[in-house]
Parts: sequence; C-alpha cells; structure tokens
Amino acid sequence: MLLQVSQLEVAFSQAAPLLSQLNLQFNRSELVVLLGPNGSGKTSLLRTLSGELKFSGEIKIFGHTLAHWHRNERSRLTFARRFAVLPQHSSLSFAFNGAEVVQLGLAPGALPRTEQQRRVRYFMQRTGVWHLRERLFPGLSGGEKQRVQLARVLAQLSLTKPEEEKILLLDEPTSALDLKYQHQVLQLSREVAAENTLVVAVLHDINLAARYADRIVLLGQGRVQADGNATQLLNTDLIAQVYGYRGQLVDMGGYKALL
Amino acid sequence: MRLHDKSLLPTLMALLLLGSGVSLVVGAMSIGWKEALMGLLHWQWPTLLASEVEAQYAQVLGEVRLPRLLLGLSVGATLGLCGAVMQGLFRNPLADPAIIGVSSGAAFGAALALVFSGYFISVAGLWLQSFSWALLPLCASVGAGFATWLAYRLGNRGRSVVMMLLAGVAITAVAGAGLGLLQYIANDSALRDIAMWQLGSLTGASWSAVALSTVVLFAAGGFLWRRHGELNALLLGEAEASHLGVDTLRLKKLIILLSAIAMGTAVSVAGLIGFVGLVVPHIVRLLRGPDHRFLLPYSALTGAILLVLADILARILVAPAEIPVGILTALLGAPFFIFLLHQQRRQFV
Repeated sequence: MLLQVSQLEVAFSQAAPLLSQLNLQFNRSELVVLLGPNGSGKTSLLRTLSGELKFSGEIKIFGHTLAHWHRNERSRLTFARRFAVLPQHSSLSFAFNGAEVVQLGLAPGALPRTEQQRRVRYFMQRTGVWHLRERLFPGLSGGEKQRVQLARVLAQLSLTKPEEEKILLLDEPTSALDLKYQHQVLQLSREVAAENTLVVAVLHDINLAARYADRIVLLGQGRVQADGNATQLLNTDLIAQVYGYRGQLVDMGGYKALL
Repeated sequence: MRLHDKSLLPTLMALLLLGSGVSLVVGAMSIGWKEALMGLLHWQWPTLLASEVEAQYAQVLGEVRLPRLLLGLSVGATLGLCGAVMQGLFRNPLADPAIIGVSSGAAFGAALALVFSGYFISVAGLWLQSFSWALLPLCASVGAGFATWLAYRLGNRGRSVVMMLLAGVAITAVAGAGLGLLQYIANDSALRDIAMWQLGSLTGASWSAVALSTVVLFAAGGFLWRRHGELNALLLGEAEASHLGVDTLRLKKLIILLSAIAMGTAVSVAGLIGFVGLVVPHIVRLLRGPDHRFLLPYSALTGAILLVLADILARILVAPAEIPVGILTALLGAPFFIFLLHQQRRQFV
C-alpha cells in the first residue's frame, strides 16, 4: 500500500470541516482522479497529502506513519526523490528560462551536468515544451508554465531507480490547458503511472476523468461519495445527487460521455 | 540575452581594478597614479623608495584611502549579497534591506549600543570589556534580524508584495521613532555618530572595521553560497521547495541569521547605505540569470564596484568637500525603485 489515509479529518473550524471520516487506500501503478463539485474537498485532500494542511487521523506514505505531518518535518527529506507535487499555480517571478526550471527538479540528486541536461531535454520533449527551453518562465502562458512545471516534477521522479515506487500528486494539471494538451497530459499521466507510480490528480472534467482514470474518487461535502472505475461513476443518479445537476449519458461508440 | 562567465567576469574584474585605482588617487589631496603606487609600496615597506616618496602621501594612502577603499569594497559586496538573498527569501525582486526596514532596524540597534555603551562598559566585568568592540555590530545584527523576521511574517511569508512593502514602512517608522528618542537623550558625541550613520559614509574607515566586515562578508557569503541549490528551489515557492526536499524552515532561519549578521556589521561600520542591495541583484540577473550559484558571487562583486564608484563620485562632485555616500546611493537608487514599482504595478491592483 503506497498511500493510506484513515479517519482523516481536516477542519479550519469545528462547524464546517473540509474533510471528514476519510478512509482511502491507493496502490502503485494507478491513476487516481479526485472529482467533485466546488468545495467538495478534493483540493484540500491533495494539499493535506502534500503536507500543507493540518489534519487529524493518520496518513501512511511508503509505509511510514505521519501522525502530524507537516512539510517542514525532517522526515520529508527522505521522500524527496520519490514524492513529487505539481502545484496548480506557480508563483515563480524570477527570470529562469524553461530549461532551468526543469533542472530545479533534479536538485535533490547529484547528477553530472551532462546527465542533467539529457534528462531536462528528455522530459521537456515528453511534455512538449522543449521549444520553450530558452524562453523566460515568467513570460510564458499559464498552460505553458504548467507543462514546464510538469516536466520539472517528472524530472524529479526520475532520480529514483525504475523499480522503486513513486508518488505524484497533480493539482488540477489540466485547468490551464487547451483541449489537445489536456489529453496529452492525461495520456502522459497514464504512462507515468505505469512506471511504478501512484498518480493522484484533481480534475474538474468528469469525461476526461472517465476516459483516463483507473479509479475515480468522487468527493462531496468532505466525504467520499463514490469510489470506483468510470463505468461505476458515470451514473446519472449519482452525479445528480453529488453535483445537483442531472446530465445525460451519451454513447460515444466505445465509451460514454456525460452531457 | 545573458552573458557568460567568459565575458562577464573579466569585465567586472577590470571595472573593480579600475575603480579601486581611481579611488586611491582622487580626493582632497591630489595624488598621481605613479606616486600612489610608490606611496603604497613605501607605506608597506618603509625602507623602500624612502627618498622618492613624500611621507605625507604614504600616510594618506595607507591610513585613509586604502582602508576606505577596502571598506567600500567589503560593505558594497555585503549589500549586494544581502540584497540577493533577501530577494530570494521574500521571493520578490523588490526586497531590499533598506526598503523592508532591515537597515533601519540595524541602525536602531547600533544607536542603542552607542548611547548605552558607556553604561554597558561600566557594569560589565573586565573580561567582557575586552569585547566592547563587538557590542555595536552585535546590537546592529540583532536589530537587523528582528526587522527581517518581522517583515517576513507581516509580508505573509513572501506571498504578498504589498504587505512586505507596508511592513517595511511600519518597521522604518518604529525604528525611526526609536532612533529619534535615542538622539534626544544622547550626548553630543553619540549624537554626531548617530547622524553620520543615518547618512551612510565610508569616511570613518579604520583597519579594524575593514577586517571585521571582510571576515563577516566571506563567512556569511560562503555559508549562503553553499546553499545555492536550495536558494534556487526556494524561488519556486516554499511548498515547492519542501517537495524538492529542502528543509525550508532551517533554510529561512539560516538566511535571516546570516544576512542579519552581515547587514548589522555593514551598518555598524558604514551606516545606512540604501538601494545597492536593490539595484545590484537586478543588474546581475539581467546579465547572468537568477541562478544563485552565479547570482551571489556576482552580486557581491558588482556591489563592491558600485559602492566604490559611488564613493568616488561622492568625493569629486563637491570637492574639496564630500557628500555622504548614502545620500548618493539613495539619489541614484530610489528612482530605480520607482521604475521597478512602475513595471510591477499590475501585480498590485
């Protein structure tokens, strides 16, 4: 079990908890998508897993129990190569170029310069941003920034041996992307998951989730409303109950889409 | 467009040598290049060239101009370095020790030490009295450290530029009031010293000040440079840096501690010299990019050059009198700050 959450509670105030009574287990080589309406707690769950929110309950990562896990805890350091997080927004306001941003992902390793450059190139090509290597990061568009950052976290995970288990958390990786790159990034996430990695992504688009996820966790009001594969989730009654919107399922010839 | 070491380093070194040379020959007493060189040799080895050099030249060079030059270099380097790491800590290119109130905090600490140093020396034991030279830089460092910490907390840990700048205003106001109070109760000699500090000047340069600020510069600079990778990661954001395995809490403490010691020492020997720490890292980033591996040493080098050049200007503009160099750097640096604000104004609304 790569990542295990039991009796997880996150609350800023007692009256309205962000997350309550969460019990989840995630395995490696899985692309898990967290779905849910606004305020359902999906981003809170991701931020708790990445150590940014205080919680009660228990989180186990790579078999280590983290009772009061905070990102400043020293224990985090041992995970740096195996645990990467893609933030939703990047606040980098210094004029690094694209390649330098990706290279920052290789900071935890002590690789020779030529090997660093090789990996920077490999992952920038994989996320389709190699042409941005000389461009200054603050001048890129939101989607370009996101894909450069994705290359950075993938480079970070490349510091492990291929057989080692890894965790990658993606906070709304497709939110700033146009149609083509939404599919490209999710396709890439599937490939990454196949490389011994647990990928947990927060998405907004039910159809994208249904098409790419191995498993979908549907959150509503801070609780798990449904947990399963796309066929189990694409249920108009369930969607209506969680989202308050009754859609229609359309057969697209091979897969279903919710309209 | 970025320059690489091959062209940047020799250019900076040439500027440094040129500025240093000019700084030795200009001043109230006009000394030629040849005479300056011979004078220095004679001052160092009194038996050498004894017949050809005027004793007065040798004394002016060795005891006034050379320490002043070296103090300018080390203080300028410290300011450039501290500006660069503060901008990294606040993740904003507008952070500067003078703007966020760190210099004022240091000046308040220094003034406190100055006004009460007589009291301190009278109550301290004999053993402690031999460390009284450290009182001034120490108090200035404590003031600088406290101000940095406060600005960082009030500025929402580097997330809000507006809050950071307002925190700087508040800290400067509080330190200024404290400074005013100290001036009010200070005796005449302390009052003069405080006034000199606030203007910022290299005139009081002594060999002991040179030694102190140089040692602190290299120690703080060395420790910070060893962390260049972590400083780069911190620019991505605090959470992102911690995901890359950086112990951000420890790193931030280290930055605040070391830059406070460096700033406190610089202020205690040369007073408030603003805007060098703002301008210099900007220039270096434009020329060489934001990678701290190069940013830190090049900011130190450029800061040294800039302060020495400013000091030359301060001496020749109204010769034979001189302007305190802190006034000059503020005159040149403040418009630059306004220019940066103008450029970034979209982020504030």
